Amino acid sequence: MQFLDSGLAANARNHHPMPGAPLPVPPAEAADAYTLRRRPPAERLTDLAFQQLTLGLASVVAILLLGILLTVFAGAREAIASFGLRFLTTSAWDPVNNEYGAFTAIYGTLVTAMLSLLLAVPLGVGTAVFITEDFIPAPLREAIGLMVELLAAIPSVVLGLWAIFVMEPTIRPLLLLLHRLMGWSPFFASEPQGPGMAPAILILVVMILPIITAISRDALRQVPLDLRQAAYGVGTTRWGAILQIILPAAISAIIGGVMLALGRAMGETMAVTMIIGNALNFNLSLLAPGNTIASMLANQFGEADGLQVSALMYAALILMLLTFSVNVLARWVVRRLSLVY
Amino acid sequence: MSSTLHYNPALLRNRLNALATVVAGAFAAIAVLPLVLVLAHVLVQGGRLLSLRLFTELPPAPGLEGGGIGNAMLGTLIVTLLSSAIAIPVGVGGGIYLAEYSRSGWFAQFVRFGTDVLAGVPSIIAGVFVYGIVVATRIFMGQSYSALAGAIALAVLMLPTVIKTTDEGLQLVPQELRWGAYGVGASRFVTISRIVLPAAFTPIATGVVLAIARAAGETAPLIFTALFSAFWPDGVLNPIATMSVLIFNFAIMPYPAQNELAWAASFVLLVMILAANLLARWLSHITRG
Repeated sequence: MQFLDSGLAANARNHHPMPGAPLPVPPAEAADAYTLRRRPPAERLTDLAFQQLTLGLASVVAILLLGILLTVFAGAREAIASFGLRFLTTSAWDPVNNEYGAFTAIYGTLVTAMLSLLLAVPLGVGTAVFITEDFIPAPLREAIGLMVELLAAIPSVVLGLWAIFVMEPTIRPLLLLLHRLMGWSPFFASEPQGPGMAPAILILVVMILPIITAISRDALRQVPLDLRQAAYGVGTTRWGAILQIILPAAISAIIGGVMLALGRAMGETMAVTMIIGNALNFNLSLLAPGNTIASMLANQFGEADGLQVSALMYAALILMLLTFSVNVLARWVVRRLSLVY
Repeated sequence: MSSTLHYNPALLRNRLNALATVVAGAFAAIAVLPLVLVLAHVLVQGGRLLSLRLFTELPPAPGLEGGGIGNAMLGTLIVTLLSSAIAIPVGVGGGIYLAEYSRSGWFAQFVRFGTDVLAGVPSIIAGVFVYGIVVATRIFMGQSYSALAGAIALAVLMLPTVIKTTDEGLQLVPQELRWGAYGVGASRFVTISRIVLPAAFTPIATGVVLAIARAAGETAPLIFTALFSAFWPDGVLNPIATMSVLIFNFAIMPYPAQNELAWAASFVLLVMILAANLLARWLSHITRG
């Protein structure tokens, strides 16, 4: 650096560019300062070491992923050997006789995730539309957006606490009414008595709503203004433009966001564990206690041993594969369905 | 003739339009409702219990009254700091590699994909992983459950956020800054550490703050790695109490005193996390302005 400083100073002193005038010949010591400097070996070594270090740190991600997969798979091997695919379709969970089947938990995982999605998608996309179109003043829209983002920051365990002591007692009369009216259907056949699948679904809605809203909002904001103007120009109503032009233009990103939310809902642990009831026997009814893979892991992993640990690892492997395929599918959807304007 | 250029609210399409607007507004109200309800309940229920004792005492034995959550607050602080100490260097370093050394190589693409996959891994799986690799094998001086194991599990969850924000933050730094640095003879390492990283400080800091806030509230990876302890933290190789696990354990206990402490812990945790989130928003605002 010192060389360069003196070089620049010499430049300022000696070199007055005048149009047409011949360039003054720099004095010998200044010419010396202009010679290219070779990087000292120490500097090159630092560069190389730093590059290799960051390469190593970046590889940690790959190592971790592989490590997670291998650890879970190795742990599950014993259970895979003894139960095979029967594990997916039987619902016995019997530590005494060492007989395990994850059907109850898989059913619970899929049903709670799907139904929460069914409720959260219209709410989330509707909210996103409401805060990207100018229905209400901008500061108010910003405030709603901020509140939805903060909702995502609330820890799952706090939502679980709230669900146990506030939400579930409040909605129980409603669930009871549902049971009275719809009790003929097997999905509402049992009487709600506290924890169960239905409150778990509702708390999942609260947890995935911010994801869907945030991603839909970003997607809607990206829709080019020309598309809106053209739609209004041919005389459509505001909702005509939203439903037929703006939403279709943003649909790939919205579907991607919905699938990310699905992955999140399937893997969500704490709030669900606290409110779902953790029943080990299968029950079709949504008003009865149920179980998900994640909540089963949270409940039993600490106290399990022997084949039960292996069976839980097997369940964890299934959960991983489920969330992995949903997430990869989400990426594919976003890339494949994106409209090019 | 019925066609006119004047707006006619009685037309079916205009009625439907108004109806759809009302529905969307109702959806937005419903989306905001849970935050208001949860915040109000936690602030009222938990704020009631706020006292000096809460911060300095241990939780009471089941069935007894009083006590505090001092050990859990200290524990959350220790575990979060430990996990940050692991995840931030690894994440920032990995992000530097992605953005500065291999922006579009196959390895960088693979690591970016892996980061997304890792971000989608359920938090409980991180717990299972660390249980299998640290707790069950007892690799840390024969200790099974430990604060360190919990910190590693949290670090696994923080890592994708830190890498992603570092990568994206560095890519926003104008190329001219790097050329300028090279032009005055700076080496690559000096360019990155003295020019590019400081220029990307705020986006990286925003991501780090968000990752820490998320880690502080995580429970699932801790329940069978860091476990819980009714006593003050005793080194990083022993089980440790954290606020999130305390909330989980005490919420499902049939004792009102424990339930109350769960609300108090929720209050403290929520205030910390919301403050961190607002700090992160403020950080990202000052860069934009």
